[in-house]
Amino acid sequence: MKHEKRSLLRNNAVQSLLASLLCILIGLLVGYVVLLIINPAGAGEAITTIVKNFMTYSRRNAQLKYLGSTLVKTAPLLMCSLSVLFAYKVGLFNIGAAGQYVVGAGASLYCALAWHMPWYVCLLAAVVAGAALGAVSGLLKAYCNVNEVISCIMLNWISLYLVNTLLSRVKEATSPYTLTLASTNPGAILPRLPAFCMAWFNDNQYVTIAIPLAVLIAVAIWVLLEKTKLGYELKATGCNKFAAKYCGMQENKNLILTMGIAGALVGMGAAMLFLTGFEQWQCTQSSIPGMGFNGIAAAFLGGLNPLGTILSSYFIQHITNGGAYVDKTMYSAQISDFISALIIYLCGFVLFFKFALNNWLDRREEKKAARVAESAEEGGKAE
Amino acid sequence: MILLLQYTLIFASVLVLVALGGCFSEHSGVINIGLEGIMVMGALGGALMMKFLPAGTSAFLMILLVVLAAILLGMIYSLLLAVAAINFKADQTLVGTAMNLLGTAGATVFVKAMNTAESVDNVSSTIQYIDAKKAFLVNIGGFEFNWFMLLAVIALAAAYVVLYKTRFGLRLMACGEHPQAADSVGINVYKMRYAGVLISGMLGGLGGIVYITAGVSEWKFENGVAGFGFLALAVMIFGQWKPTRIALAALLFGFFRALGNVYTGFDFLKALELPSSVYNMLPYIISLVVLAFTSKKSRAPKAEGVPYDKGQR
Repeated sequence: MKHEKRSLLRNNAVQSLLASLLCILIGLLVGYVVLLIINPAGAGEAITTIVKNFMTYSRRNAQLKYLGSTLVKTAPLLMCSLSVLFAYKVGLFNIGAAGQYVVGAGASLYCALAWHMPWYVCLLAAVVAGAALGAVSGLLKAYCNVNEVISCIMLNWISLYLVNTLLSRVKEATSPYTLTLASTNPGAILPRLPAFCMAWFNDNQYVTIAIPLAVLIAVAIWVLLEKTKLGYELKATGCNKFAAKYCGMQENKNLILTMGIAGALVGMGAAMLFLTGFEQWQCTQSSIPGMGFNGIAAAFLGGLNPLGTILSSYFIQHITNGGAYVDKTMYSAQISDFISALIIYLCGFVLFFKFALNNWLDRREEKKAARVAESAEEGGKAE
Repeated sequence: MILLLQYTLIFASVLVLVALGGCFSEHSGVINIGLEGIMVMGALGGALMMKFLPAGTSAFLMILLVVLAAILLGMIYSLLLAVAAINFKADQTLVGTAMNLLGTAGATVFVKAMNTAESVDNVSSTIQYIDAKKAFLVNIGGFEFNWFMLLAVIALAAAYVVLYKTRFGLRLMACGEHPQAADSVGINVYKMRYAGVLISGMLGGLGGIVYITAGVSEWKFENGVAGFGFLALAVMIFGQWKPTRIALAALLFGFFRALGNVYTGFDFLKALELPSSVYNMLPYIISLVVLAFTSKKSRAPKAEGVPYDKGQR
């Protein structure tokens, strides 16, 4: 059989990449228009500041250092997006990543500050806490038919208030922030990278093993989903719960397991940030940290591929950090949140985009085939 | 005690309005997770109207204009969901989530920009409406009657009549149950779904302005509406997508939410010495427990969340 040459545009990965780039482009464009409306004078500068992020520093050392800072926050974001992606592949929408992130932070910080545990115990505690919270949503879905989106949102708020109460026991006397790890328990800080790696980031002290670990886990998730029996079973359950049951899979167990793994990923991500000492928890926080929600953006922008999310997580964190550099006398830092929310919205159109693209390709091929047939016919007449 | 009743009623009004909004949208076949974002947008519209109306405006005109502004902004914002979910067959959960994030971020960016434009030092995301808020309140012997409570009752009655007693309502529900069958008897499913989503935008926007004026006289838009849109969804599920049951469910949830505001006024609750965060958590815990017990036999509209495709069999 003749091997047909397929257009490069037919490739699913290429289509996903195109769609994501289009989402980014439109998102940035709309963001620019909004900046123009707010204050036309600085809009051009502001949007380039957001896109440039640490490149706005002119000194190379400062650039390297703030590249490190962006990466420090990319690691937890990558974990959140992996979690969202993992659950989505099994047909669940893990909007509870935000809450699992909160309990992960709470568990790791409490173990570190109140019980003076070493870093690996704190990391494990965060994983367990996140997994437990995720499993609650899974249990409710499996046995009580509660929509996981609703239960996750309720758990997000419950965990926020719980963690605020818990961590106010280990907070600084004069501020709403938790004690610093460096002063209370340096043993809980994640190990730094080897010295030659640290030089890449101008010895940014917050750069730890969390960054390569997150990338490794992304690869592991890809292997789990694509190359193992468990991954196949989970995906099958997501496609059709009843068919999976018919085939002898334990669909309820799979649901709970999925949410548990998803929660564990996020909990670990939270520990990866808070155990670097980069941030302290603010115990009077009245809104849920945006990390988990940004994870949704990164997961979909990455075309729901674990390896794609490495890039997209970096991008989302890049513009989020960039937002902090805009001229505060004209604009607010939330403009980056606005742009990433827009990008999530646009990701909703990706399926349609692929459908339209394939349609267009089909039509083009049909026309081409028709033209070839026509010319062949004409050629036949001439003879 | 009167204070508890007052807060219960006002929070129940919010929940009734927003849950009815969700009810219309879901009966037409579109899941509206974006109610939270719609509420923020409605709240923004109403708050801006209160801020910019001149001080001498009569109470009636004030109420009318504020309500109209909230409804209008809520409806415009809900178009984002309608276009994506109905015309482009997008994942409704994803789009709804995006709308929630977009609503809060957008409103914050807007309000901050407005505040900074007024004075460079003001980087807050707060709108104040102390004087304007008085137009909505009538004091009846210690009980602050809020005109929004009446609006909620009217909306409830109207929703019941529209859904069960009019041709439009019955057709709307048909589109959420079996759109192919509805289409086969000449109902335009796309139009009906647009109507459902727009009505939910209207009620959601209205609920938003009621929520932010319920307790305080200024609002920080960075906080969004603190998960109230999702509480309303829980109310809707607990109310089994039926207006009358939704009203009862809203009263129950409103009561627990109100407790958080006024628990210090009760000696026996104060004596328990629970931290205030327990009361903050209460509505969410209750809704989780209630959902766990009632979702098993819930009767959601059959075709909700499934994009309608004319060519599908």
